[in-house]
Amino acid sequence: MTTAQTRTHGINIGALNRDEKPQQIENFETCIKIEDLDLFYSGKQALHKVNMEMPRKKVTAYIGPSGCGKSTLLRCINRMNDLVDGVSIRGRILLDNEDIFDKSVNVAALRRRVGMVFQKPNPFPKTIYENVAYGLRIQGVNDRHILDEVVEKSLRGAALWDEVKNRLNENALGMSGGQQQRLVIARAIAIEPEVILLDEPASALDPISTLKIEELINELKDQYTIVIVTHNMQQAARVSDYTAFMYMGELIEFGETSELFTNPAKKQTEDYITGRYG
Amino acid sequence: MIKTWFKSGSPWIWMTAGAVSINLILVAGLLLLISVRGLGHFWPGDIKEYHYQDRQSPETVIIGEETETALLGAAQARAAGYELLNKGEYLVQHLVKTGNRDILGSDFRWIQNQYIRSQSTPDDLLCVERREWGNFYGRLLAVKENGVVIAQGQQAWTVALEKLDSAKSLYNQIDKLQDKDVGAINYNLERLRLKQRALELKNQWNGVVSQEFADKKLAYELEYKVIQETIGKFNQDLKQYSLLVSEAGGRQVNIPLARIVKISRPNQMSILDKSIDYVRNFIDFISEDPREANTEGGIFPAIFGTVLMVLLMAVFVTPFGVIAAVYLREYARQGVITRIIRIAVNNLAGVPSIVYGVFGLGFFVYILGGNIDRLFFPEAAPAPVFGTPGLLWASLTLALLTLPVVIVATEEGLSRIPKSIREGSLALGATKAETLWRTVLPMASPAIMTGLILAVARAAGEVAPLMLVGVVKLAPTLPLDGNFPYLHLDRKFMHLGFHIYDVGFQSPNVEAARPLVYATSLLLVMVIVGLNMFAITIRNNLREKYRALEN
Repeated sequence: MTTAQTRTHGINIGALNRDEKPQQIENFETCIKIEDLDLFYSGKQALHKVNMEMPRKKVTAYIGPSGCGKSTLLRCINRMNDLVDGVSIRGRILLDNEDIFDKSVNVAALRRRVGMVFQKPNPFPKTIYENVAYGLRIQGVNDRHILDEVVEKSLRGAALWDEVKNRLNENALGMSGGQQQRLVIARAIAIEPEVILLDEPASALDPISTLKIEELINELKDQYTIVIVTHNMQQAARVSDYTAFMYMGELIEFGETSELFTNPAKKQTEDYITGRYG
Repeated sequence: MIKTWFKSGSPWIWMTAGAVSINLILVAGLLLLISVRGLGHFWPGDIKEYHYQDRQSPETVIIGEETETALLGAAQARAAGYELLNKGEYLVQHLVKTGNRDILGSDFRWIQNQYIRSQSTPDDLLCVERREWGNFYGRLLAVKENGVVIAQGQQAWTVALEKLDSAKSLYNQIDKLQDKDVGAINYNLERLRLKQRALELKNQWNGVVSQEFADKKLAYELEYKVIQETIGKFNQDLKQYSLLVSEAGGRQVNIPLARIVKISRPNQMSILDKSIDYVRNFIDFISEDPREANTEGGIFPAIFGTVLMVLLMAVFVTPFGVIAAVYLREYARQGVITRIIRIAVNNLAGVPSIVYGVFGLGFFVYILGGNIDRLFFPEAAPAPVFGTPGLLWASLTLALLTLPVVIVATEEGLSRIPKSIREGSLALGATKAETLWRTVLPMASPAIMTGLILAVARAAGEVAPLMLVGVVKLAPTLPLDGNFPYLHLDRKFMHLGFHIYDVGFQSPNVEAARPLVYATSLLLVMVIVGLNMFAITIRNNLREKYRALEN
């Protein structure tokens, strides 16, 4: 690990906030660095010159109104946008100082390092056990003992073990929405990624399930770098350490969550978090 | 009033519901017709004895089963030269199955109701199902052993049944020896001959090998001789017994037991006996080989051929169709070319099936088969091995015919898999191929099965192309037997669809064949329904397993 190189001391977001007071962020270890990222959907620009650095083993939240590009940005980090026809990307995203858009990068291997959980729970129509074991089986791990161990560990990690330990061989589609979402998280952590991307993970869930997911995020951040997209500002305030506000494809403001919510540097941010638009 | 009724939308409901009802009625009517006509054939009907006297001839006795009654209008009857005695409106005619083709010249006879002096159903009338010449109707007089009467009168029936049982088991033993053992020896001798020919072609034929071959041949011939002796002995035992019977005209006839399949006295049977006999007849029909140019006996080889051909077709068509659909839907760039390919595939489904038959004959049989023979079976020349219509080419031709159905159904299934599932798999580090193999294809498997069901339904009913690429009227051997390599893809086979055509339209004995046509049709429908049910069960299980995301 190239810790010495990746350690960045107090990046200057001033470049983004041009005129206003430069924002100092506490020392952190950069995990993901986005440099001058432009993204086009069939010629239409969806992201404009996005620059940001996300800290390791912290929770970074993207907030912003619908269509502002926050999900698009998130999906760049594990190159999910490759699947969409007509997408072209300019700029770089560095994961541990390596450009993920580099030709030599194996996309499948990248996605093993950067896991993702989607808005709607999307368990496979298989048993609970097989859902969690899926990533490992892809990697060719078929040893029953290893799988058993990993499945249990991952389900415990996703705070689901106690609920499902007696029905591991039942179809995952029989679970409740909240359970399914936690199962999907368990599935993601089973392959031990470095980063977990959460794309509005609680938006399809009821309040209690949402609470459970949020608690889970708090526990997971000890081990993983987490990036979460959310519509819900309270949620961002509750779970994240850092928050990025995006608007119309641009990163407007990025900073510590407590700072951004209490003392936004930009007018647009203030308007959004006080509910004046969006 | 009418206007509001139209506006209410109920005419639509009536019209659509009416269309559905008509369809249902048609289907039910079709099934009912072939069931009644086909299944009625197996019922052991009463044998009647008529005293009959028409204008031309003196009173005669006619014995037979009444199979049909027809009414002819008076005017028509007169025009046809018939006389109406009672000035009735109709001329009533009965079709009587008199059997005894060897004596009377034909199995059936039309008689006019007005000339029947009397009719009765005496208990002692006998129906003998013979291996040749159709049924015999008459009375049992005696059982003979080596020409000497051993039982007559009341006893004759029980003795005849007893002797017939042992005769039949002997006959089956002979049959088995001839089919299995002699067949195997012939098969091996033929292989030996081909091997020798192959070695000769390669110039490796020398004294050592030739001695070895001669020894083997000798061994087979010795074996053959032993079997022949056994068969000869059995045959002698079999020939000892015969039945002495009298036909309607009073003539006495000897029927050797070896020539008899079954004897019955339906007039004495209770409903229960008849039901048992009915079931037995039906089982015989589906489990036995045909006799007498397919107009008698069973249709087992045809059922077997149909099912085997359809299964082989499924084995060929599924991977091809699925792979093509996966490429079209998952890998190919969606654009003008894929659209053109799709249109082409859809149009392929509309090509008349006989065209596929011609293609199969021209391409598969002559080009592919011919080259296979040239390359791999030079020793068999000039006799073709694969360069002649056969099971392999028939199932390949049908696979081609049903390919569009499978492609379209699979594509539809693939397009229905939610994007989120694919993304979920890809996000776990699976490549596209792994995602397809582990998640998408299993989830699309119910759709693939749907395609296969449609393919099976179409293939099993297809006859025209098969006539060109492998179906025959009578196949001497099944394509699956105990001789290595067990499944003989090069053999010709029988098929229910062609059997119907052959029995119904190519048969010398039209009246006898007609019920068989219905019965065979019914069997064909049953086979198709059975195959479909099988596939549908699998599909439903898969559906249950891969139930798509509900929310």
